[in-house]
Amino acid sequence: MSDAVTPKPAVTPYVNKRPVSQRIVDHLKREWQIYLMLAPTVIWLLLFLYKPMYGLQIAFKDYSIFRGVAASPWIGFEHFETLFASEQFLRALKNTIYISMMSLIIGFPVPILLALMFNEILNQTFKKTAQTIVYLPHFISSVIIAGIVITAFSPSAGIVNTILSWLDVDPIYFLTKPEWFRPIFIGTTIWQEAGFQSIVFIAAISGVSPTLYESAVVDGASRWQMMWKITVPSIMPTIIIMLIIRIGNMLEVSFEMIILLYQPATYETADVVNTFIYRQGLQSGQYDFAAAAGLFNAVIAFVLVMTANSISKRYSRTSLW
Amino acid sequence: MANMKLYSRNDRIFVIVNMVLIGIFTISTLYPFIYIASLSFSSGFEARAGNVILTPIETTLEAYKYILSERMFWVSYGNTFIYTIGGTIMSLLFLIPGAYALSRPQIYGRRFWNLLVAFTMWFNAGLIPFFLNMRDLGLLDSYFGIIIGFAVNGFNLILLRNFFEGVPSSFEEAARMDGANDFQVLVKVYMPLAKPAIATVALFCIVSRWNGFFWAMVLLQDEDKIPLQVFLRHTIVTLSDDQQFTATLVNASYSVETVSAAIIVCSIVPVLIIYPFIQKYFEKGILLGGVKE
Repeated sequence: MSDAVTPKPAVTPYVNKRPVSQRIVDHLKREWQIYLMLAPTVIWLLLFLYKPMYGLQIAFKDYSIFRGVAASPWIGFEHFETLFASEQFLRALKNTIYISMMSLIIGFPVPILLALMFNEILNQTFKKTAQTIVYLPHFISSVIIAGIVITAFSPSAGIVNTILSWLDVDPIYFLTKPEWFRPIFIGTTIWQEAGFQSIVFIAAISGVSPTLYESAVVDGASRWQMMWKITVPSIMPTIIIMLIIRIGNMLEVSFEMIILLYQPATYETADVVNTFIYRQGLQSGQYDFAAAAGLFNAVIAFVLVMTANSISKRYSRTSLW
Repeated sequence: MANMKLYSRNDRIFVIVNMVLIGIFTISTLYPFIYIASLSFSSGFEARAGNVILTPIETTLEAYKYILSERMFWVSYGNTFIYTIGGTIMSLLFLIPGAYALSRPQIYGRRFWNLLVAFTMWFNAGLIPFFLNMRDLGLLDSYFGIIIGFAVNGFNLILLRNFFEGVPSSFEEAARMDGANDFQVLVKVYMPLAKPAIATVALFCIVSRWNGFFWAMVLLQDEDKIPLQVFLRHTIVTLSDDQQFTATLVNASYSVETVSAAIIVCSIVPVLIIYPFIQKYFEKGILLGGVKE
């Protein structure tokens, strides 16, 4: 951080006799416009993202709205003790880990397979049309996706139960059944995001050198063999980097979608840390307690992201950021 | 790869199976939208009975008539336009000069400023402190709060900065010779060159504003300020459990299902209209901003 104030000596091979303060004044006189351009963004970051970090101290305080953040009394780790004694929180933590692990295991290979399959399509019109369609759900709001899910799985009118009725299965009210929540949620997010996530892999595949395929053809390799022996190994670095990013962001379960789809009947399998925070904090007004849960979540997420970043740095020699 | 000849019979089988699988995946992506559209044009009775599968049954516009006569539909639709246009302009006003400044090599503390941005992508104070901060700033329940509160985003900032950094300095030399200052260089040299990157960022902003619902739901109490997505949630999620509303609909030619479907269609149409533009830019955008500082 020291370079915020003093320039590095390395850039001045000749001895500059002018005092540092004078050089800073000269620099600002010459370059003040750049700092003026930077200022709104920096002020915004401080006001909307860093000030809440200061506000996180309420996790260790008996926060009262009237006293405000600074004047509320410290109570140490009391909220965290309550948190880890709370069955609801432990359940939410367990659900978060379970849902994110399952999403990763089931959801991660899908975009890779999609990209490999798109690569094997010879008809360009078919390929472009299919890609246009499978990218689309990413750009549709979670409210609409949830609306479609709720309609499709509705017990009386939904298409899913209509199909089940053809098979003589009694209507199931899927969204009130705890055992159905996770399959529906994970399936929905994969359906929504897999196409879009395949773009990165498609780009990686398009960077594979054509000469590799040409010499494989000379050797009489089949397309299937080329896919597994050339394409997949060539995009392995991308696959590994994307896997690391996914693991780093694992705790970011798309809780907006969960808020839209869950209900008290399915809390036992659906409630995750962020929905727990939402209910405890924003709906019940236990701000300090909910902030403690949020801090716990954020610290774990931070550790995951930083670990992922340092691993990928070592692996690919390029930082993710 | 695409132009390669198919040598063996196995290759031909592989290509056909592959095409069928992609076809199935594509149809399963498209089908729910067709289903919802058909539902919105069907009669309430047929929709409730679960008879709509692919095409509308007893085609009617009653659900649309009901929705278009709802005051809240128009109010929330208008609000969404305000948030989308206002929010996107606000974001660009912050992001373009900010990204330009961060891309300048001569700025003091460049590493520090970049770290200040990057850290917000790694660590997030969370829902509660953000909410309390918005309340302390007096930004609850206000258009301005929603527009300014989400203006800057680290990912978009870095995407733009990367683009500006990639512009060779020879481009600005002529302008500098003519005595242009940084504002002039940005507007006359960099912004025209960065059009694709700016368009990408603008489209990201438009899409996330149009679709945003969580914070609007949390921060806005006044019904007249809610965006379409919050109104949609209210209709779909809440009304389907509302016995009274369901009861009033029994004899109507529309139902909760067809009304929800009609709102969904009305909300998707604008996204579909800008989708060709999105598609043109977003692949580039992801690859531009994705994997580098």
